[in-house]
This record gives sequence, C-alpha cells and structure tokens, in this order.
Amino acid sequence: MDSAIDGVRQPPARAGSRLCTHCGERKAALKRPKTLEQICRECFYIVFEDEIHRTIVDNNLFKPGDRVAIGASGGKDSTVLAYVLSELNRRHKYCLDLFLLSVDEGITGYRDDSLETVKRNEIQYGLPLKIVSYKDLYGWTMDDIVKAIGLKNNCTFCGVFRRQALDRGAALLSVDKIVTGHNADDIAETVLLNILRGDIARLSRCTFIITGEDGPIPRCKPFKYTYEKEIVMYAYFKKLDYFSTECIYSPNAYRGFAREFIKDLERMRPRAILDIIKSGENFRISTTTRMPEQGTCERCGYISSQKLCKACVLLDGLNRGLPKLGIGRTKGVAGGDSDSERQAKRSQRSRSSLQGKHGNVDL
Amino acid sequence: MHLTLEFGGGLELLLEKSTKVHKVDVQPNDAQGKVMMKGLLSWVKSNLIKERPEMFLKGDSVRPGVLVLINDCDWELCGGLDAELEEKDVVVFISTLHGG
Repeated sequence: MDSAIDGVRQPPARAGSRLCTHCGERKAALKRPKTLEQICRECFYIVFEDEIHRTIVDNNLFKPGDRVAIGASGGKDSTVLAYVLSELNRRHKYCLDLFLLSVDEGITGYRDDSLETVKRNEIQYGLPLKIVSYKDLYGWTMDDIVKAIGLKNNCTFCGVFRRQALDRGAALLSVDKIVTGHNADDIAETVLLNILRGDIARLSRCTFIITGEDGPIPRCKPFKYTYEKEIVMYAYFKKLDYFSTECIYSPNAYRGFAREFIKDLERMRPRAILDIIKSGENFRISTTTRMPEQGTCERCGYISSQKLCKACVLLDGLNRGLPKLGIGRTKGVAGGDSDSERQAKRSQRSRSSLQGKHGNVDL
Repeated sequence: MHLTLEFGGGLELLLEKSTKVHKVDVQPNDAQGKVMMKGLLSWVKSNLIKERPEMFLKGDSVRPGVLVLINDCDWELCGGLDAELEEKDVVVFISTLHGG
C-alpha cells in the first residue's frame, strides 16, 4: 500500500509534468484519493461519471420512467449531482424525469442567496424546479425560529423540518424517488457520529444507499462512494456554478470535530473514508438491542417511532411558546439539560461557525 | 515574483472584502532565494488572511479539506509544500468544508 503513495521520496515534480496513468498522453491534473492514481482532466471526467453510473446500475437505483427529485441546495454536492445525473440520464438513456427540489428554510443572507444558484441551475440544466418553504409548511421561517429560541438547538429544528419538507415537496411533485448529494466523506462522518452518539438505529441504516423503501418515497445517494475532493475538483474543472457559504446559524461543533478528524485521516490514508463506510455496512446489530418501532404520526401521518412525529412536537413547542419541547433525548417535555449537554452547548456557541455542516443530518 | 492567487469554496470570506482573486508580488522567502508553497502559505497568512486563519491553515500546511491547485494541477502531484513556484503561476485554494 505504502509503495503506491508517490511524492514521498521522489523530488517534487513541476506542476503538470507527470503524465496521466490512464491515457499516458496528457498531463495529470489530480491525484485520485480513492486509487492514488494520477490522472488527466479528460480521463478524470470519464472515470468519475462512469463510477457513478456503475453505482446507479449495480444498486438498481432507478427504473425507466421514474420521476426523480434531486434535493438541491445550490451547494457543490447537489449541483454536481444535478449536472452528472442529467448527463448520465441522456447518455445511458435511463428514461428518468428529473426535477430540482429545494427547501427554503427562510434564512436571510444564506438560503435566499443559495436559491438564486438553484434558479440558475434550473435554466442551465433545463430541469424544472420546485421550492417548498418552511414558512408555507410550518408557518415559521428559520429566522423566526432563531428569534424565538436563540442560537441553541436551532439546527435540530432545521434538520427535522428539512427532512419532512423534502418529502412533502417530493409528494407535491409526485416523484418516485428523491436523490441527495451525500458523498463518501459525509457518510463516513455520519457513521462516526452515530457511533459516538450510540445511535444504533441510525448506525445500522446510515450506510444504506437507498433508505425509506418501506415509505412512500425512497431516497438514494448516488455519491455514496464519491469522494468530496473529486466532487469539488469536478465542479472546479467544469466551472459549475455553486454556492459555498456556511449557514449563518450552524454552530455544530460536534459534527465539525468528526469532520475534521475524517479529513485528517484522509490526508494520511485516503482509503480510510471508504473503509469507515465498509465498517458501517458490516456492523451486525445484536438482536437484544431494542430498536424503535416505526409507525406514523397521529397528527400529520408522517413516519414516526412516537405518537407524534418530531416535527409536530417541535412545532407544538414553538406555537405554545415552549420551544424546548422535544429537544434532547427525553420524550415529551424536556426539562433541564444534563450537565454534559450544557457544557457541550457552551463550547459549541463559543466556536466559529465555519466549522462544518448542519446538525442532525439523517442520511 | 508575480503570482495570481484565487480563493474559493468560502475561503474568500476570510480575506478583506471577500475578494476571490488576488494579484500579488511575493519576494523569495527561503534560503535558496526561491518561493516555495510552504513560504507562500505563511505569506498568505500574514498578508491576506484577515480572520480565522485556522480555517485555512493547520500546522505548516493548509487545513485538511482545503484543495490546492498550481496552474490547475492538484498540488499533491507537484510536491505539495515543497513545490517551487515560478513567475506568473496561478495558485487556487478551494475549501471543501461546506454543505452541499
């Protein structure tokens, strides 16, 4: 393995002086984290797109005639996903009807800007766009919610609401599937987080390439094995139009630490990311572990392991002026936080907001 | 030495007025009178970064998750920190640490 890592003992080569290991003709433009191959731009486009095509075919992600909503935030992953999926759909005749589906959380200076990117993507890729907003679905924007509850736990609201909003938007579009841009780095990070939280139910499903097959609209992740580095390189070389500002309300330090840890591991041994996913896939959950039973919410009918789904509990709290309702692990009214939780939150607040992504990303 | 530096993926927010492209003149800063990537990073830190340098650098390199390209070539193929820069080179820094 180590012998394959170049650049350690050799003298540094001048930019672009190495040749592509695929075609042997053009100058290499990047080192692939997955294989450590040096590869030129043209060959990179081919292998990058082919691997995603293989992932789609090998896992039977789609059927001909499927209507598919691409969860589009305007960020790098979903922008590249929209671009690549429309290419592959044409090239390999998947016969899919593709749509862009965006959620407007109502975050001034963040989501309004990123939605402009999605609107440009709508024109650039010729994909119809549907936007669903928290304001319309729940009567609250994230700006309103933060005004009511402050910068604590706001990511919980946003994560729970976004998940449902995407499903509701997908129902409005009457699609058969939702695809999201979660990449290999995201999934490795989520495996680690679920281990750190002892969240066995999520640990067992977070590596599935398709989730929610028992529900009305399954979700899938065509980028499950695609490295973030390659997605960003692809977007850069292709000059794709994406939005890259961190959410102004996301101080999620815990996920930020996991993310940083994964990136450190990747620098030392890029395969670590695929290996964490592999470990996640092969966990066997002990049969004595109590798993939550999935039912439906009594109020809105959404999938839920409790009488009321999380969104309805949170919304109840907001509307009754008790925003702490439904926060934390305890069922019903969450009284005081535990000491450790309080401490974690204090340190969260004191850290910078560029750390990482939103909380509560349920893959 | 005249270089063009580009910052993207959110890194531009760490710079004055969030400017993405910077045309700069960097004096050779190592013993051999050369400009190496290692030297350029510390030059950027002292001359361009206005806030939260930890979002850009970690130890003596870029923070893991920040991609670097020299003349549109992945710096991992050019020697990384030991890559030697030449007149009119274009160096691009892109953060991958954002949602998508």
